[in-house]
Amino acid sequence: MKDIVLIATAVILGLAAAGAIIRIAIGPSLLDRVLASDVLLAILGAALAVDMAVNRHLNNLMLLVALAIIGFVGSVTVARFVAERRDRSNDS
Amino acid sequence: MTPDATGVDAVIDGVTAVLLVVGALMSLGAAIGLLRFPDLMSRMHAATKPQVLGLFLMLAAIGLQMRTWWVWPVLLVAWIFQLLTVPVSAHMVGRSAYRTKHGHRELLTKDELEAVVQRAAEIQRAAPDA
Repeated sequence: MKDIVLIATAVILGLAAAGAIIRIAIGPSLLDRVLASDVLLAILGAALAVDMAVNRHLNNLMLLVALAIIGFVGSVTVARFVAERRDRSNDS
Repeated sequence: MTPDATGVDAVIDGVTAVLLVVGALMSLGAAIGLLRFPDLMSRMHAATKPQVLGLFLMLAAIGLQMRTWWVWPVLLVAWIFQLLTVPVSAHMVGRSAYRTKHGHRELLTKDELEAVVQRAAEIQRAAPDA
């Protein structure tokens, strides 16, 4: 049962990560890519959590907490940058 | 999974397996939504699933498998901080997406933000240094 759960979640998360990476690659705009990379980060956290739950250790738990606390900084920064640049090009 | 895989342990293991697989399916749903939805706003709707509900299911699975009480507050802290920070980034991405004319306007039935943004732009034009 342990192996079945591990293989099933690995396949599902692998497909999900592939979809997010495809969206990062073809995303028509910068914000699409930021959103897809956020999803990729969530998938990575889910993979770490699966590893912890199946193998019963807590080695990555602090990494999950740190991701929850500071993971939003990147997309906020990029969103501000996009808004600033578009505003300036509209003004000029 | 356990040396004594009978009774309560078997039930807890089964619940954990269901939580893990459903949490992984949240990620898959987000990826499918990212690939199939037409514009940025609807993709943002899909992207929220693994960040909030998926993380909750995964953390619940960890808490069930560790079988110690002290791990639950740490998991709760991780989930609460995720709940606090995900809306911040979603708000900023959605705000700049609206203002940079992402998204398909013809898909909206009602746009209540347009008047507010135009008024803010007029105020900005009247007093650019303010």
